[in-house]
Amino acid sequence: MSFFALILLFAGLGIVLGYAAIRFKVEGDPIVDQIDKLLPQTQCGQCSFPGCRPYAQAIANGEADINQCPPGGEAGIAALSDLLGVEAKPLNAENGEEKPKLVAVIDEETCIGCKLCIQACPVDAILGAPKQMHTVIAAECTGCELCIPPCPVECITMEPLAKTLTLWSWDKPDSTKQKVAQ
Amino acid sequence: MKLWRFNGGLPSLAEHKNESVNLPIEMAAVPSQLVYPLRQHIGNAATPLVKVGEQVLRGQKIADAQGLISAPIHAASSGTVTSIAEHLIPHPSGFSAPSISITTDGLDKEVAYTPRADFRQLSVSELVNIVREAGIVGLGGAAFPTAIKLDNQSKSRRIQTLILNGAECEPYISCDDRLLKERADLVIEGVEILLHMLGAERAILAIEDNVPATFKSIQAAIVKKNNPVISAAQIPTIYPTGGEKQLIQTLTGKEVPSGGIPADIGIVSINVGTVHAVQQAVIEGKPLTSRIITVTGEGVTTPRNLEVRIGTPISTLIEACNGYTQLAKRLIMGGPMMGFALLNDEIPVVKATNCILVASKHEALTEKQAMPCIRCGLCASACPVSLLPQQLYWFSKSEQLEKAEKINLFDCIECGCCDVVCPSHIPLVQHFRYAKSALKVKNHEKHLSDVARERFEAREARLARDKAERAEKSRKKKAALKNKPAKEEIDAAIGRAKAKKLNQSDHES
Amino acid sequence: MHFLTSNAPFIAPQNSIQKMMLWVLLALMPGVITMIWYFGYGVVFNIIICTTTAVAAEALMLYLRGRPIVPFVSDLSAVVTGLLLALALPTLAPWWIPFIGALIAIVIAKHLYGGLGYNPFNPAMVAFAVLMVSFPKSMTVWLLPYSLLPAGSHFSDVMSIVFQQLPNKEMIDAITAATPLDEMKTRLGLNQTVDEIRSASIFAEWAGQGWQTVSIAFLLGGILLLFKKIISWHIPVGLLSGLFAISFIFYLLEPGLTPSPIFHLLSGGAMLGAFFIATDPVTAATTLKGRFVYGFLIGVLTYVIRTWGGYPEGIAFAVILINMAVPLIDHYTQPRVYGHK
Repeated sequence: MSFFALILLFAGLGIVLGYAAIRFKVEGDPIVDQIDKLLPQTQCGQCSFPGCRPYAQAIANGEADINQCPPGGEAGIAALSDLLGVEAKPLNAENGEEKPKLVAVIDEETCIGCKLCIQACPVDAILGAPKQMHTVIAAECTGCELCIPPCPVECITMEPLAKTLTLWSWDKPDSTKQKVAQ
Repeated sequence: MKLWRFNGGLPSLAEHKNESVNLPIEMAAVPSQLVYPLRQHIGNAATPLVKVGEQVLRGQKIADAQGLISAPIHAASSGTVTSIAEHLIPHPSGFSAPSISITTDGLDKEVAYTPRADFRQLSVSELVNIVREAGIVGLGGAAFPTAIKLDNQSKSRRIQTLILNGAECEPYISCDDRLLKERADLVIEGVEILLHMLGAERAILAIEDNVPATFKSIQAAIVKKNNPVISAAQIPTIYPTGGEKQLIQTLTGKEVPSGGIPADIGIVSINVGTVHAVQQAVIEGKPLTSRIITVTGEGVTTPRNLEVRIGTPISTLIEACNGYTQLAKRLIMGGPMMGFALLNDEIPVVKATNCILVASKHEALTEKQAMPCIRCGLCASACPVSLLPQQLYWFSKSEQLEKAEKINLFDCIECGCCDVVCPSHIPLVQHFRYAKSALKVKNHEKHLSDVARERFEAREARLARDKAERAEKSRKKKAALKNKPAKEEIDAAIGRAKAKKLNQSDHES
Repeated sequence: MHFLTSNAPFIAPQNSIQKMMLWVLLALMPGVITMIWYFGYGVVFNIIICTTTAVAAEALMLYLRGRPIVPFVSDLSAVVTGLLLALALPTLAPWWIPFIGALIAIVIAKHLYGGLGYNPFNPAMVAFAVLMVSFPKSMTVWLLPYSLLPAGSHFSDVMSIVFQQLPNKEMIDAITAATPLDEMKTRLGLNQTVDEIRSASIFAEWAGQGWQTVSIAFLLGGILLLFKKIISWHIPVGLLSGLFAISFIFYLLEPGLTPSPIFHLLSGGAMLGAFFIATDPVTAATTLKGRFVYGFLIGVLTYVIRTWGGYPEGIAFAVILINMAVPLIDHYTQPRVYGHK
């Protein structure tokens, strides 16, 4: 008798659990969105895909490795490996190397207004009209450098971001260092 | 008066008030140079109103507020503007920022002020404007533009209580105490002005119980004014009782909502130095060009309380105190608990500077041998906002910043109590400062990448649309070429159009 | 003039681990002295062997792990662990019991988990539990309190047991006994009443002969720690009230068949556990509310193990089990932060 009671009990529990798994299922973002969120959105194409979203799609399909994004750098790779549960590996040197974020600046004296850079910019961060000088909206520039090769007069340079107090960050205390009272 | 007790705090903090608390306020001499960083308040930097080479007078506005949350800056002595360029600013980053430099001429000529004998004749908005134009910001250290706090007419909330913060809880600092001792009448007059502006039901001036003489002089001043609405309260000396949130809790038992401001619970809290500045601006018509600063520590020969012209380089102040001693090791702006160390003494004092502490080796520890956290919880017991610093430390150290944020990292007031009680000597507050600023940078980057994603997607969509449109057009063209419409169809169409036109003209006539 | 920079606060810290540990050691002294007074040289041997082994093991592990040795050894945490273990061990144990115990405490329970601050379980109690499970025989032989010893038993007898020179069995039987808790449990199991059992010579007015005084000495030391704010009241009060509450309930339900709450509070390691073992900050809950809950649960569980478990004393197992619940307790007892609802 107790045998059947137990069978019933566990069967009941199993059904309840199974129902709960469906009823209270946690809806997660599709994996492509999650990967895309971790990418820096520089849209530079250094990963050999035409933008961050396509690269995210390729990673999700298993067509690309997680170490092809130089702007994301080591931190980006770590985040991806965390999300996908795969081994982190060093950045693939073929895709480029990690460097601090830069911003494109057009030398407005030299610019001939050819519009080639405007077409190249993946985030529409360059303003200008034919035969008028162009300018970069610095706040929208991702520093992808895609505008540099098309420029026929080489008037675009990449410059470091200005140091500002709003983006200044306190040092992290170094807990590995031996500290002594001076 | 019933008082409340905030969580934790440090009742036993060595106070070091004796070095300076009995020294009367002295006027500092006019320095040969004055430097004004354009942003010395919370909000937008001020915009310069003068050009290089221009002559200025004391009290002349040299930079104007930009936007609502900002404050103008006034020259503190007469002279010539020598440059408007980057200059080292008093900031822990050690950065330079745009500043106006003035070489003084020693004549100290002033603009003509317009004194107003009776402030009750003025409307609240006029008074708010006077405070704004005088460039007054919170002199307790926060440097938030005072006019905004006082401008309550446009907002629907009612202010019941005005709290005057005379609780100088940090060790070494005594500038507010000297002000209350020596200029009690002026401060109380300032309180009346603020009461008039805010329409508050009561004003409480809070003073720590370790300075009873000051309490007496303030009470005498209140009795003189015979204003029943104003009272003085002696509160227990527990660091950080002078913190705005802690003072409000001590006096009223209420808590400022997280992320909110005191006005949300009907309270405005103002530092007594600021009250004095308001009184000067309203009654004397003088803008904020000087403030009282405590110069103290074992590294300075003669500690002093000085009334200093804002913009004076620290080196000049040290000279006024007979220079450095052999022990001078560290230059700290503000108190030893919440101040910050400066790289050099060419940096000028700003509106928010209340203390220059030249500390000796044993007064200011640089770095301590940090041991692992033993989870003793002393930090949590000492935390005046009831945080769990040991937990925050864990998350900050391991870069789990979002988790730190979730357990209320941003409620930390960085008072340093946890650091002082930590038996493992962990630089907890520095970890929290780091975590806060790293989160801000991270959020900013996240915002940028979101914007970039949106723009990229919009562009992709546009390109796709353009392509589709072009394809559609060419397809239509091809189709049109292929099967020419039959003659009768065209005729029918022309007929329809004609009929329509006829119809229309009928209507019109 | 240029200056060095660093970050606030610049005030020297008021506290250090070393200072806290020194106070703990000092507060243990009344208990240590009374224990030596009642139970003699065995306690001294335990203490010497445990503390020296613990400190040596600590230094060795720090060296192997490439950590600075001096600051970590001088924090005295290993000394405290060793001493606590020594006080928990039987007063008449062969020398290898404290030796192995101290090794287990420092090497396995402390350093294999990452050293100071990282161990989830109380090292002294882990060592005690391992010894208890591995060497039950040696762990239940306690020297009789001094006043009950037969005349003519000497230092040399203790020496011979500690260093295993095969003492004669009669001598062992004459000078040793089970602990009062053990005795109580065994004889309750034989359907004797509490009054009958307590008429035996090893019992005194509240609890065991000698044991009750030792417990009171630990209580006094604990009060010193409370007074010096080295520990907060939450854990000891929680533990003692937990133990008191549950034993009081059963005392009322089955008078005669259950020893009184006072007996429980003054027996075994209750006082030592409440003020010195459960209060180990590394392994205890960190929120104040959580600490009370943590202590209370240990108190209840101690009673459960003492009454229905396989071992006469439950403090060690209760502490270890509740150590496991600490993250959960902390999670549900977060304090309300200023300005939050």
